[in-house]
Amino acid sequence: MNMMTQTSITDDGRTIGGVQMKVDNISLRFGGVTAIRNASFDIRHGEIRAIIGPNGAGKTSMLNVINGFYHPQDGTITFKGEKRRDMRPHIAATQGIARTFQNVALFKGMTTLDNIMSGRALKMKRNILWQMLYVGPARQEELENRKFVETIIDFLEIPHIRRTPVGKLPYGLQKRVELGRALAMEPELLLLDEPMAGMNVEEKEDMSRFIIDINEEFGTTIALIEHDMGVVMDLSDRVVVLDHGDLIADGTPDEVQKNQDVIDAYLGVAHD
Amino acid sequence: MLFFMETVISGLLAGIMYSLVALGFVLIFKASGVFNFSQGVMALFAALTLVGLLSGTVPFTHVDNPSFAIPAWAAIPLTIIVMIIVAILIERFILRHLVNQEHIILFMAMVGLSYVFEGAGDIIWGSDVKVIDLGLPHGAWDWLLDTHGLYIEKIELVAAAAAVVLVVVLAAFFQKTRIGRALRAVADDHQAALSVGISLRYIWIIVWSVAGIVALVTGVVWGAKSGIQFSLSLIALKALPVLILGGFESIPGAIVGGLIIGVGEKLAEVFGGEVIVAIFGRWFEIDPGIFTATENWFAYVLALIFLLFRPQGLFGEKIIERV
Amino acid sequence: MNSDIAQLDGLDTIPKLLDRNAREIGDKPASREKEYGIWQSWTWSEVRGEVEALALGLLELGLKKGDHVAIIGNNRPYFYWAMVACQSCGAVPVPLYQDSVAKEMAYVLKHCGTRFAIVENQEQVDKLLEMGSKLKTLKQIVYIDPRGLRNYDHTSMRSYKEVQKLGREHADSKRGKQKLSLREELEKRKAKLTGNDACVILYTSGTTGEPKGVVLSHYNIVATAKNSSEFDHLCADDSVLAYLPMAWVGDFIFSIGQSFWTGFCVSCPESPDTMHQDMGEIGPTYFFAPPRFYESLLTTVAIRMEDASAIKRNIYKYFMDHAGKTGGPILDGKSVGLWDRLKYALGNILVYGPLKNSLGLSRVRVGYTAGEAIGPEIFDFYRSLGINLKQLYGQTEAAVFVTQQPDGEVRADTVGVPSPGVELRIDESGEVFYRSPGVFQDYFKNAKSTAATKDKEGWVATGDAGFIETGSGHLRIIDRAKDVGKMADGRLFAPKYVENKLKFYPNILEAVVFGDGRDKCCAFINIDLNAVGNWAERNNITYASYQDLAGLPQVLAMIQAHVEEVNESIASDEMLSGCQIHRFLALHKQLDADDGELTRTQKVRRRIIEEKFSNLIDALYDGSNNIFADTEVTYEDGRKGRISATLEIRNTRVTTIEQRAAA
Repeated sequence: MNMMTQTSITDDGRTIGGVQMKVDNISLRFGGVTAIRNASFDIRHGEIRAIIGPNGAGKTSMLNVINGFYHPQDGTITFKGEKRRDMRPHIAATQGIARTFQNVALFKGMTTLDNIMSGRALKMKRNILWQMLYVGPARQEELENRKFVETIIDFLEIPHIRRTPVGKLPYGLQKRVELGRALAMEPELLLLDEPMAGMNVEEKEDMSRFIIDINEEFGTTIALIEHDMGVVMDLSDRVVVLDHGDLIADGTPDEVQKNQDVIDAYLGVAHD
Repeated sequence: MLFFMETVISGLLAGIMYSLVALGFVLIFKASGVFNFSQGVMALFAALTLVGLLSGTVPFTHVDNPSFAIPAWAAIPLTIIVMIIVAILIERFILRHLVNQEHIILFMAMVGLSYVFEGAGDIIWGSDVKVIDLGLPHGAWDWLLDTHGLYIEKIELVAAAAAVVLVVVLAAFFQKTRIGRALRAVADDHQAALSVGISLRYIWIIVWSVAGIVALVTGVVWGAKSGIQFSLSLIALKALPVLILGGFESIPGAIVGGLIIGVGEKLAEVFGGEVIVAIFGRWFEIDPGIFTATENWFAYVLALIFLLFRPQGLFGEKIIERV
Repeated sequence: MNSDIAQLDGLDTIPKLLDRNAREIGDKPASREKEYGIWQSWTWSEVRGEVEALALGLLELGLKKGDHVAIIGNNRPYFYWAMVACQSCGAVPVPLYQDSVAKEMAYVLKHCGTRFAIVENQEQVDKLLEMGSKLKTLKQIVYIDPRGLRNYDHTSMRSYKEVQKLGREHADSKRGKQKLSLREELEKRKAKLTGNDACVILYTSGTTGEPKGVVLSHYNIVATAKNSSEFDHLCADDSVLAYLPMAWVGDFIFSIGQSFWTGFCVSCPESPDTMHQDMGEIGPTYFFAPPRFYESLLTTVAIRMEDASAIKRNIYKYFMDHAGKTGGPILDGKSVGLWDRLKYALGNILVYGPLKNSLGLSRVRVGYTAGEAIGPEIFDFYRSLGINLKQLYGQTEAAVFVTQQPDGEVRADTVGVPSPGVELRIDESGEVFYRSPGVFQDYFKNAKSTAATKDKEGWVATGDAGFIETGSGHLRIIDRAKDVGKMADGRLFAPKYVENKLKFYPNILEAVVFGDGRDKCCAFINIDLNAVGNWAERNNITYASYQDLAGLPQVLAMIQAHVEEVNESIASDEMLSGCQIHRFLALHKQLDADDGELTRTQKVRRRIIEEKFSNLIDALYDGSNNIFADTEVTYEDGRKGRISATLEIRNTRVTTIEQRAAA
């Protein structure tokens, strides 16, 4: 089953390309506790990839490995053809990997605008002296990036909270701002850690729409962790299932749903 | 009235000094949550370095060799470069290894750091009292003295001007630039800052460099008034009540807190005794002389009162733990 | 009528006004919209270019004279230009309420046989595609925002920009039998258009039955715009914020009629959510809002003042009390003592100015409200701040204006004198009739309703009961004519009158009073979630949901006190004293347009409510103390759910005439 080069078109007309990221035999331990055991899977260009599993299955650890917060003891990560022992957050960001967090990690004291602008950190190159003067190229650069950020604000339909400090926003909107900050990085791979946790039905629908639109409009590859099975099955092209650190299934939503191991893993496990 | 004015003005000018030191604290505290106990010694070290370069002291020998003396226009940038190198070393050898450690551990590291600075200053430049001469004007401001009879030293006005410029530049730097935004981001949430590609190390080096430059200004201005000596490092202790007054994370708080304490302690020193006697003298016999050392403890009493009634300081954000 | 058109100096259609504006004030701003955080603006000559390009594109796509073009979306300059572009081609725009559910929308689209639809984004495109097979006439969809539409089948769908590009590219190519270029064809159609041609069809939601399409001619619109602009001295330097639904006649008159007549600039908010901020930035000088808007604004102010420090609260209270006494008279140009004037000036610096500024009302020169009665204290609040808020009485069928209040003659309880060119008549049953240049042509494809509303001499029945006040000549409206009924003992039953009195309390969002043909009046109350919720929060009362809050004994006691106050004030009016409320209950759900209980313009649909909640009404009259209610609700996304609760019924104190006499 070699999918390295093959390109396919989905039912809804999106193009899914070759492998963008490959995770090979990753094992992650904290002291004596194994969080991930020998997991291998890949993420293809332009697809929406879901990582699911019961609580404590190692999903967030997996994302943290991919963007370099955790360093696995074994295995390699190949991103855009470059093979690494582990990632570093800074390198992940420079290479085009952006993410959101399970419990919203925003800069609470700053406004929506400044939060999203901070996602442009890597796109702004003028050195510190220019910035101190805030003239010429630095100013020009600031304006160009501001323009880009405004298109994101428009895209996520949050112009009304542009100047609001994010700490004062309701949870659902904070999640949206966090997504905006990740988008500001113009990522090639977007990691979403439970983008709909704690949302009501309406907010979930909005968020699903944004995820689909991001994927369609910008061709961004998306890997997401989500608890809401309905959402996962609707959104994703392929699903990886983890259980207690083991990868127990990998395939289309239909295949995964029929997989006996998956059914067993979820049976008797209380999840919301 | 004239005397009162003079007292207030000299209080304000002393307050500016406190503000400058407090500013150095606030910068580092905001960006890294570290309480930089060594800010005062850093000021001493920076001033010593500048004087050493100006007078051509050969490092580690404590001997002046006038042929090595460097003019001020080159010595100041050189000192700044030294402070930046110091910042890089601090990041490399201390902060990098203490990421995500308890506050108390970082604090202890800072206490240690202050001894390192003090020792390094001693070993490299010697421990004599030094006089700094940057060609800053001395003596009273004649115009004020002639027209209003007010006695104010020129050097104090220069110091005030320097402090104002520094604060304006810093404020603009924090609010308007990308690095400023990155600094605020790091202060808010380390992990999120990492995820958008902000490099913590880079930020820390910048913050410590800025704090080093603030320390240099503090050291020079203070030193020009009373000579560069070990007592300079003790102003760090005065900055503590200033921070309690102003709030640990507020730049305007550091400035206003410094001014309040500066004016307050001068007024208490000069008039405190008389006021107390005027109020309580009817009932008790009080010797006004016992209040002559008010300047030494006034600031701390004020800080204590604040801790009791407004622990977040004048400008600090209300401390609310969210569930 | 032709002689009337002659009075307009040949400027009898909207496209002609556009040409004149581009010629005479071409450099003045005509449209503004905030996009990507920045206000973009277009001058009259630029607007003319945009309109022309779109019109040419639409011609190329086959838009025919007399075609109906649906316009669906939020207020945006592109839509206003589109409407004028359609008119230039001889087609008729039909703006729709963009938040109406698919069923309502489908009815209108089918009824007018729309061939083109110009819509805002994917959401509306999806709605149209869903109706697909039902809309056989629909040939072409034009959308403004391409987001999410990339992978859609584009055989009968184009973006606005593409249509304009198409128009510009093909403008001069000759074709057809007569070898006319598109541009020549467009000029020909514009020249042929007269004041008697249809300008727009506006569907009124109507409190009963299917919506009716009100056809207004260019003459209706232009003549009304001219008269009303002169009445309030509107000029090209005025500024307006377009935020009310485009399907509503008022927006059409303000943002197209009056704007094109006087040349003032129309600004569109960035999104409905940013309306308040955008209003602050634009600072409109001419402003219309329904009473609800002013009420909710006042509620926000009140809530903010509750949370303010004691000093601020006292300063606010002191100066607002002063404004209450002197603000109105100063605004009306009456004589006020020097000391009071000085104090008012000080208050203006400390309170009124900053307050007006934060409300975005500081530049308002002419402000209007209409549609429902407004609470006198709300009305006076704004006037005392120095905001020239006035009332008008209007209808879609009249192209808005029937009566309006002239400056200096403003009161909360009248709706003003007849607008210029309007004649009024009250028939023996008390119903108000009018005749004016703005009177509509007909209801589209509904001759029966037309005949029932407009007689041969052009008099239109308003359906409202009212009278003309002797002395002032102002019109006063009592209620809907058909809703003024008789109680079992023959006393007058005017539910709207009582409901309005109840709704003046901030805690009461909506009230429905019953009593026609019965021996006493009873009421449903809808509490205001904001006001009551805030009250609960301040008093540390916890609640889980709307129905929970509405059922709290403390809340019911509060409502009961309001009802009893209203009873007292009604009792003083001999004619209406029978309308006092004997029993009430607080509904477990908010009345909602999605559930059909309100119209899209938020008016109560009495008959539907009577039907839907018949068991609750029975309980009100059979003396029971509580009743179990279980109701179906529709969520915003169209899904259904149920809300159930046991509602407590409370008896309220009423004052009989004998008691009053005894007292």
